[in-house]
Amino acid sequence: MQVTSSIREPLITGGKTVHDVSEDISRQVEGKPTQLWWIAMGISLTLFAFGFYCLCTLLWEGVGVWGLNKTVGWAWDITNFVWWVGIGHAGTLISAILLLFRQKWRMSINRAAEAMTIFAVICAATFPFAHMGRLWLGFYWVFPLPNTWGSLWANFNSPLLWDVFAISTYFSVSLVFWYMGLIPDFAVIRDRAVRQGHQLRANIYNFLSFGWDGAAKTWSRYESVALILAGLSTPLVLSVHTIVSMDFATSVVPGWHATIFPPYFVAGAIFSGFAMVLTLLLITRKVFKLEDYITIYHVELMNIIIIVTGSIVGIAYITEFFIAWYGQVPAEQYAFYNRMQGPYWWAYWSMMTCNVISPQLFWFKKIRTNLVATFVLSIIVNIGMWFERFVIIVTSIHRDYVPSSWSMFHPTLYDAGEYIFTFGLFFTAFLLFAKFFPVINMAEVKSIIKSSSEQKH
Amino acid sequence: MESNKNFVVGIFEDEDVLLHAVEHTREKGLKIHEVYSPFPVHGLDEALGYKRSRLPIAAFLFGMTGTSLALLMQFWMLGYDWPMIIGGKNHASLPPFIPVTFEMTVLLAAFGMVGTFFIASDMKPYKWPRQFDLRSTDDKHVVAVDLAANKMSKEEISALLKSQGASEVNEKNF
Repeated sequence: MQVTSSIREPLITGGKTVHDVSEDISRQVEGKPTQLWWIAMGISLTLFAFGFYCLCTLLWEGVGVWGLNKTVGWAWDITNFVWWVGIGHAGTLISAILLLFRQKWRMSINRAAEAMTIFAVICAATFPFAHMGRLWLGFYWVFPLPNTWGSLWANFNSPLLWDVFAISTYFSVSLVFWYMGLIPDFAVIRDRAVRQGHQLRANIYNFLSFGWDGAAKTWSRYESVALILAGLSTPLVLSVHTIVSMDFATSVVPGWHATIFPPYFVAGAIFSGFAMVLTLLLITRKVFKLEDYITIYHVELMNIIIIVTGSIVGIAYITEFFIAWYGQVPAEQYAFYNRMQGPYWWAYWSMMTCNVISPQLFWFKKIRTNLVATFVLSIIVNIGMWFERFVIIVTSIHRDYVPSSWSMFHPTLYDAGEYIFTFGLFFTAFLLFAKFFPVINMAEVKSIIKSSSEQKH
Repeated sequence: MESNKNFVVGIFEDEDVLLHAVEHTREKGLKIHEVYSPFPVHGLDEALGYKRSRLPIAAFLFGMTGTSLALLMQFWMLGYDWPMIIGGKNHASLPPFIPVTFEMTVLLAAFGMVGTFFIASDMKPYKWPRQFDLRSTDDKHVVAVDLAANKMSKEEISALLKSQGASEVNEKNF
């Protein structure tokens, strides 16, 4: 008995039954990893190992191995930090905000997107820690530990400290939200393992599922937990990039000191996050044969979010310029003139092309429903958003108030190495997730099989 | 857990059939021990007569604890224990303390509520649940009826569940 709405496109295609969902999603957890998986894992671990070497060199030698100088004290490190944090935002938007808006299309993509959030935040956090140089002192620089341990109390007036609280809370709450979603699905794999006679696997997944029983009472409590976690995560995710933007906006550096920063950064974060979700999911759906669960319709909806947030970002760029001109502050005007026409003009125009012009192609239905075009554009957006952070950070400080200290930023191998480290970390973590955890939220998808699945012909 | 508990277990394929069956059998005086489903069935908790979860209250109380702790911490550290003037600003004023206060509120509310959920549902990593049918996490809805709690005989319950659309009825003893 299936009822399909005639006015909405089906979210799940291929006439799947509830049992098919368990089969299709559990299969890759139960089977041996494919050759493709091993190759991908090998590449990721190589990147990780090379990056780890660079990170260790940095910790041993000090921050001097990076290309930072007296004028440009923040460059790739903080660019990468903001980039990774921004990427994380899409996962929470999909799982929390779309849950509050009752958008059922989130259900096939929220698990992988949340995993991306968690790994991206871990990658982001490595940069400020590495940037401290003396990592071991970081604990009482950033955590409120008392004076007798060697330092005064942390300064709660500083946005950098707000960032510590925002990012660590965001990471912890996202982790809990993601794990809560995994619990019923671990139980599915446990019960299948019992029926297949794999006692060890059954025990491991039972441990992970906290002994989930699927009772109506538990489900009822579980749903209210999910709703409240979504309600808590929604302002949380908006607060995180707001606070990241305050790292810049509360300073008096021309180009940073703008009240537009919080909404502009949040829109940019969601924009880049959705691009990364698309990059990852287009590969995942292909590798794990999930075309019936992550359909063209899902891709199209995500592309529409990219047009909306990309356009918000474009308007923010123009507004910044307008205010710099209209505000009549010479230093501010120079900062923006320098972005466009200074020695970093190429970074600025890469940002404009990738972030403002390229997503407008998604207005064409043919392009936003084309997987190859989507994949290419998603990578272009990722590159563009990296340039946005680079432009904001480096072009604003490389020519400061004292012309004699003007300089350029020249990255070293170790600057690149740290970025490579996070890529290795991210993809290793994502591959492990995709192998051992169900990549699609089975319980949620099962609940919409009757209403939103394509009928069997 | 008591030993020798006898259950009649009805298996349902469809969530709407299940929902009607639960409503009808409860009207006929059947006491249902619990229903196990692979996914949340909307309206099932009302059909079984469960009250709304009080977890939101727990979340609110934990959240308020977070707010108070964060404010206390910041005002005590920067206002009382070691007052510092940084950048010519007040050493303790509310506006710059709001971000940390907000984050701590969310952190404690989320962790407190999830912890409460695990305790209320008696869920622990090393505990195996009582399983009436392993298919209840796959695609079947499982209605468990405790024989000792009902006046009806095994056969009567079985017939009642079948008449309401159960695809099979089994027995399970613990």
